[in-house]
This record gives sequence, C-alpha cells and structure tokens, in this order.
Amino acid sequence: MTDLTHVELRAGAYADSVTLLQVSRTVQGVDGVAAAQVAMATALNLDVLTQMGFAVPAEAGTNDMVVAVRVTDQEALDRALAAVDQALRDASRRDTGPSELAPPRTTGAALRHATDGLALVSVPGASALVEAMDALDAGRDVMIFSDNVPLDQEIALKRTATARGLLVMGPDCGTAVVGGLGLGFANTVAPGPVGLVAASGTGCQQLLALLDHAGVGVTSALGVGGRDLSSDVRGLSTREAMRRLDADPAVELVVVVSKPPAEAVAAEIQEYAATLDTPVELALLGAGRPDLTAAAEAVLRRLGHAVPSWPASGEAAPATRGTALRGLFVGGTLCDEAMLIATEALGPVHSNIPLSPGLELDADLAAPAGGPGHTFVDFGDDALTAGRAHPMIDPTLRLDHLARVAADERTAVVLLDVVLGHGSEPDPAALLAPAVSAVTAAGVPVVVAVVGTDADPQGLDRQVRALVAAGAEVHLSNARAAHRALELLPSTGKAR
Amino acid sequence: MSTPTTVVSAGADLFADAVAAQAVAVTRVDWRPPMTGTEADLATVAADPLRHEANQRALAAMLGTTAHLVDVAPASEVLGLEPGQFLHAGPPITWDRASGPLRGALMGGAALEGLVADPEDAVRLFERGTDVSLDPCHHHRAVGPMAGVVTPSMWMFVLEDLATGARTHCSLNEGLGKVLRYGAYGPEVLTRLRWMREVLGPLLQGAVRTTVDLSGPVDVTGILTQMLQMGDEAHNRNRAGTLMLLRDLAPALVTSGADAGDVAEVLRFVGGNDHFFLNLAMPACKLALDAARGTEGSTMVVAMSRNGTDFGVQVAGTGDEWFTGPAQLADGLFLGDYGPDDANPDIGDSAITETAGIGGFAMATAPAIVRLVGGSVPDALATTRRMHEITLGENPRWSVPVLEFQGVPSGIDVTRVCRTGILPQINTGMAGKVAGVGQVGAGLVTPPAEIFPKALARLAELTRARG
Repeated sequence: MTDLTHVELRAGAYADSVTLLQVSRTVQGVDGVAAAQVAMATALNLDVLTQMGFAVPAEAGTNDMVVAVRVTDQEALDRALAAVDQALRDASRRDTGPSELAPPRTTGAALRHATDGLALVSVPGASALVEAMDALDAGRDVMIFSDNVPLDQEIALKRTATARGLLVMGPDCGTAVVGGLGLGFANTVAPGPVGLVAASGTGCQQLLALLDHAGVGVTSALGVGGRDLSSDVRGLSTREAMRRLDADPAVELVVVVSKPPAEAVAAEIQEYAATLDTPVELALLGAGRPDLTAAAEAVLRRLGHAVPSWPASGEAAPATRGTALRGLFVGGTLCDEAMLIATEALGPVHSNIPLSPGLELDADLAAPAGGPGHTFVDFGDDALTAGRAHPMIDPTLRLDHLARVAADERTAVVLLDVVLGHGSEPDPAALLAPAVSAVTAAGVPVVVAVVGTDADPQGLDRQVRALVAAGAEVHLSNARAAHRALELLPSTGKAR
Repeated sequence: MSTPTTVVSAGADLFADAVAAQAVAVTRVDWRPPMTGTEADLATVAADPLRHEANQRALAAMLGTTAHLVDVAPASEVLGLEPGQFLHAGPPITWDRASGPLRGALMGGAALEGLVADPEDAVRLFERGTDVSLDPCHHHRAVGPMAGVVTPSMWMFVLEDLATGARTHCSLNEGLGKVLRYGAYGPEVLTRLRWMREVLGPLLQGAVRTTVDLSGPVDVTGILTQMLQMGDEAHNRNRAGTLMLLRDLAPALVTSGADAGDVAEVLRFVGGNDHFFLNLAMPACKLALDAARGTEGSTMVVAMSRNGTDFGVQVAGTGDEWFTGPAQLADGLFLGDYGPDDANPDIGDSAITETAGIGGFAMATAPAIVRLVGGSVPDALATTRRMHEITLGENPRWSVPVLEFQGVPSGIDVTRVCRTGILPQINTGMAGKVAGVGQVGAGLVTPPAEIFPKALARLAELTRARG
C-alpha cells in the first residue's frame, strides 16, 4: 500500500536537531504515514535518509532542511506535510513577552541583559566557539554541550578562559552540575561533600549515580571535556575546575574522573593536586587502572562511608547461540570502560572508538568478517551526531543497529547502557524495552547498565522495571554489567 | 560553587527547558546558522586574541569623540582641492561606471567651477579624463550626502574634536528637490550654488568665527544629543537640529554688519531647509568613527558608503580597504508621479550616520518620519532593537526616550552581522537614475549582504597572518 514517496528540500530553513526529531516523530504518527524524516541535510542524515530508501537531491547542502515522507496516498501526503508545517510552527520560539521584543540572536546580546549567571551552548559544533567566546568576553563561565568542536578551537577557548580566570566546561562532555544546577545531561543528586571534575560525561554520570546510591552528595560536577586531559589541551579546564572546587568550602574531596588521559598530563594534574588544600582522588580510566565503580568505592572509603552492594535486577540466562559480545552504548566513557573490561577477557574488540588503532569499524558499524566478531559502538561519538541529536535524546540509530545485531547469528550477548537525568529522553525504556524483548526472545541475553538516580525525571525504578520485564538483566554499575555480559558468553565460560 | 541565578542558552531548547525545570531563569537565544560559508572565518576572528580588547578600544574611541563646528571655509582652503579635482560619495569609482545622479552632479560641479560653460559639455571632459580627477570624500577627511560632489569653490563646514585637533568636513546643504547632490544641474541649481558660494558661505564663516570668539565653537555632538530627544533621527529628519544650529548662529549673523537682506535670506534659507543640519551630523559621525579607524584586530565598521553603483564598507581592523558590492534600490515612498523604475540605486556618504548609531539605527526616536521612509511606529521600535543585535555597545550620550532612554546601538560588528544575517538598516533619500532629475523619493535600504563575509574573510586572513 505504501507507494507514494515525497522528498523536498527547504533551502535556508533551520531548526535544531532535537526539534527536528520531535517533528519527525509527530509526522510519523500521522494516519497514512509509513515513514517520515525531517532533518538538516548533513552527511550523516543523508545516509540515514538513503538507508530509509529516500532519494535526496544531490544539491542538498548542510543549511538545507530535508522533508522526506513515505505515505499511502495523496491525501496522506497532504496530511503529512500539513503536520510538518504545524509541528515546525509549534516547535519554533515560544512567546517571550511583548511581541515587539524579539529574543536575542547571539549569546553576547543575551548576556547584555543578564547581570550574572553562565552560558550554555549547544549549537552545532562549527559555530560553538563564537557563541562561547561571547560568554568569555562578557566575563562569564560557559558550558559547551556541542559535539564536533574542532580541537584547535577548544584550545583557543580554554586559553582565553585561563587568561581571564574563567571556566570552559565541555565540549565533548555533555554533563555538568554547577552549585546543584544540572546542565546538559545531568543527574539529580543531593548536595554533599564531593566536588567532581570530569573529562568524561557519562563517567561523571556513573559516579553521580553510584555516590547517590551510597548516600553521598555532590556539590558540583564540572565537566571539562573529553579531550581536556589529552596532550593537546593539557588539562587547561581541569586545573581551573580543581581550583574552583578547592576554593569551595562545601567541597571536602575533589574527584577527577577522565577517559584514558595522556600519561604526561595525568602526571601534571597529580602534581597540581598536591598543591591544593582539598584532598584529590584521581579516577583516570585506562588499561590496568581501576574502573569507575572501583573509583566510586575508593571515594566512599576515603570519606569514611560504607561501600554498599551495587543493585542488580533481573537475571539473564547464558547465551544459547553465537559467540560474539555486542556493546551498543550511548555513553562514550561507559563504552570505553566496558571495552577495557571486555578486552582483558576476550582480547582485542572492534569499535568506532577503538582502544588501539587497527580495530576501527567501518562506517556501516558491521562486525568484520571472520574473527570472533566482538564489537562495541559508541553512538554518542561525534561522527554519529553531526547534525543529529545525541543518542540519549534520539535513539533511532541505536535501535536500528540493535535490530541488525539481533538478526546476526554470531551475536551471543548484547550489552547496553541507558543514561537518565535532565536532558535525556523522557522515557528511554519505552522505546528500548520492545526491542530488548525481541532480542531476548531470540535467545540472546541482554545486560543493561542503567545510570541514574531516584530523583531523575525519568524515574530510575520505573526504567529498570520496564527493562527487566522485557527480559534484561539491569545493573547500576556499568562495570558490573560488563562483567556479567562476559559471564554469559559461551566461549569464555567464566564461572559466576 | 554557587548556583547560577540565570543561564543564557544558545542551541537546543531541550537543555533550556531542563534548566527552567530546575527553577533557574533562562534567557533563550534565537540562534540561526550564520551566513553561508562563514563558520570557519567567524571562529578564526572570534579566537583572535586582539579582537575583544581592540573592539572595546575602537568603540571607546568612537564614543569618546565630540565634534564642534570651528569654521566654514572653501574646499580649496581646507581640503587643498585644485581646479579639476572632484570629490564624490562612496567608494572609488570612474566616470564610465558612474550612475546618473553622480554624473549629473559632476557635470553641474564642472559648470560651477567654470571648467565648462554648459553642464552638458562636461560629459566630454569627464570621458577624456585628462584634466579632471575623481576621488572619494572619505579619502579627504570629508563626507558628502547623496552624490557628495565637492569642488574647490564650495564652502565646507569644519568640525573638530577639540581634545585631539582631528577635523572632518562637509559641504553646505542645498535643500530639497532639484539640487546638485541628487544629480540635478539645471540653471536654478547653479544659481543657488553660486548664491551659496557668494553669500551663504561667507556669512556663515563670519557667524561661526564670531561665535567661536564669543562663546566657543558650536557643540554639534551636543545638538545631536538634544535633537534625538526631539524626534529627529539625524539622517532623514534634522528639523530640531537645524533650528538649534540657527539659534546658536543667529545673534552673530544679525550683528555681522552684513546686508540685512542677505542676513534675512540666509536665515530664511537655513530655517526653511529641514536637512541643513544633516551636513553637520555627517561629519560629526565621521569624526567619531575616524577615531576608531586603523585599530588592529577590531571588527567594527567605520564607514558605510555608496556611490550610486557600489556599496562599500570600511572596518577598523582592515585599514582603508573597501569591501564592496552592488548598491541596492531603496524601498520606500515616491514623490509625485515617480515610481521604482525612476530610482537610482542607493547613493551617498550619509550612511555614516547609521555607522555611528543614528539615522536608521535610531528610528525609534523619530516616529514623525517613519511614514516618510515607508515604515510604522512598531517597525521603528523593532528596527532600533534589532540593530542592537549587530552592534558592540550603546551610546550613553545619544539616548532614545521611548526605549527607556537606552543608548542608540553603536559600533556595527562585522562578525555579528555575519552571525545573525541582520543587515544594517539605512534611512535614505532616492535620487532619479537619470542625470538631471533630482530627488524622486525616500525610503529604507540595506547594504548588499555579501560585503560583510568579504570583510570577515579579510579579518580572518589578517588574524591568521598574525598567527
């Protein structure tokens, strides 16, 4: 019945990726619409459209909006296009006051009227520096959520900030809690003695979730960007964040959490930590280093708190087919951590963010032919978010890949993460649970790390229950989840 | 760290919503992608370590300059113009590319200087080009409205920043209708120009010099401050400013001992010409903007100008280089039977007023003229507010009562224009495209968009060269 395809370019139209996701979903729900995608014509989105069977005109450029729908008949097309227009109108600016008061068009203009506070930048990466620099010019701290910010621009921003005593949070680390206010992807936690510096968004969220479960509060969690401890950026923001937390009387212990850092930079940060009055705990991931759960436990011990047992719900049965472990992550650090654990047990695994060169997955993310076929994909990686919302908001790419992985006979066990908190999907389990059911029904065990707190808007308990009901085994600790997934693999045969 | 009281959010509404859900005030930025192809240059220029401080210096230099009327004298004396030298509005241009009104004004100017007996004969003179030269007013510390043609025997206002001694110049305003600056050159135009040369100029010179001696030079910046509060935007409406100038000069004119009939004619001419003060507002703006010229690293526009063919801008951080594109047709109202087909593309140095934050940028202060330039009162308020999006700051001296005395938007920033796509709004008169016709209307116009990415690209090039 579905035989009418309509693809239309709207030159110069723009809406942010989250808005377009909502528009696409609204149109998908219109009677007679089989498929709908409204997106900016970035390379990634063109791939998605092509995969969906839409032919996009070659002249489409990144500033063009593509409206693509497949419908049953002309009437459905009319309804669909009307729904696109209505949804775009609904999504556009809300009324901000008297009609002649147009909202500011730049961060700089907005900051002229705000006497204090900070800036939160989530525009496309190519334009992030300009907006963030407005904040630094106005003497304000800035949190950059944007992906795809060029490295040299990150360094330029952080050098400027350092010279002016300002803090740049991010980019490429979408989480911050500033004096209790969550920015980007942030969990709701009680205030307390810990101050976090995080060169890792989901690593930060894992610590927030574990410390919250143990009853330890966090005053601030300053995300400094996943590249901050690289040999290029050299910890520019990490040092400023440590200085801020050291000066905060509410902070009793500073914890620095990072993706695998450059060794020399890690040493410099250690030296800097020694000059502060507040004790510092370093939780730097890497081969042979403690995982995030071990780091959380070290923090608890240092504060004199008991280490609780980390919660787990449901129980997956061992794999009945295949040999390969497949990790599908929305959190980059969670993916890294699980890969480190898996690599120790299984040897090299392939990934779009491989631990060592030569293990890169192709653009289609399929497991290479031959070999054991263990693959880990980070759907939050810059290459998969150009012009698209982050997978914590837009699950489309991961759900699509999950179906492909389940259909692959080599898949033995699937490992997933679900990250809750402000900014994330309002109900991630609602879309994920049916897909998980399909996987577990095929005899493939699914282990999920659900990172969140009881106070998060999505409700930790509700999310866990929905996934357990779909047959998944659910952990609060990502490291525990990874270890369990390994136990369920037939080939490793690790005893419980 | 303490909890932020407000968050400015640029980008996904979702994150702004999340902040609002935590009971913290959010200001949402209505962000859009920048002008096509400018992202990389914008980032380069934004990251230039010189930019922020250079822009603050450029803005401060502009806002810190005041203009006083210190003299009136022929262009041959104050600019050193020789016979055959012609100044004109806008970026450099040659006769073969000159538009109708510029040609008409040059022809009239040649007749005024006695280079030809009949203006029509001047066409051959300019085509030959050997005995004449054309140069922008802007290259000679001067500005000219519309065609902006200045010849050696024309009298000029001389404005000075008393603190630095810097000076700028502008010719005397001829009134409306068939006038040289709109490209008319008929006998009545030349008769008026001769009267201005023989009566108006000398009398004004005496009055200004006497006033300087008795009570000091006329504070032009101060008059601008007052007229903006009296309903003038100082580009297309200068009624209050003209009368305030007359108030300051009238005693010296009356006691000058000149023929009473001539004095009366001068008072009648100036008082009856609502645009007379424009020729003081323009050099006052140029004086302020020239103070910012040549500030390395600054992205502030220091001149916008048109010659009837090209629209050009100059930027503080790029020296005296012009960035040009085709001048646009204004959108507005026409006199009599004239229509859009009769109008020449945008012409004149008068956009120097917008460059300094008045004219179109101060539209909100001049509700009486919004209809004349084809707008409504809400449009006028919105226009001034919109111009704040592309400027570096506000002028505390020039404030707009209806906007709670907010200062006018000042210091057009090339990067902000490229980021927002908002173009500077200019109030303008329209000249007939055929030489000799004169004014055909008035309206609103913007620069051609492409000149701002051009200027940005040059700024980025200079930034990279400093490395």
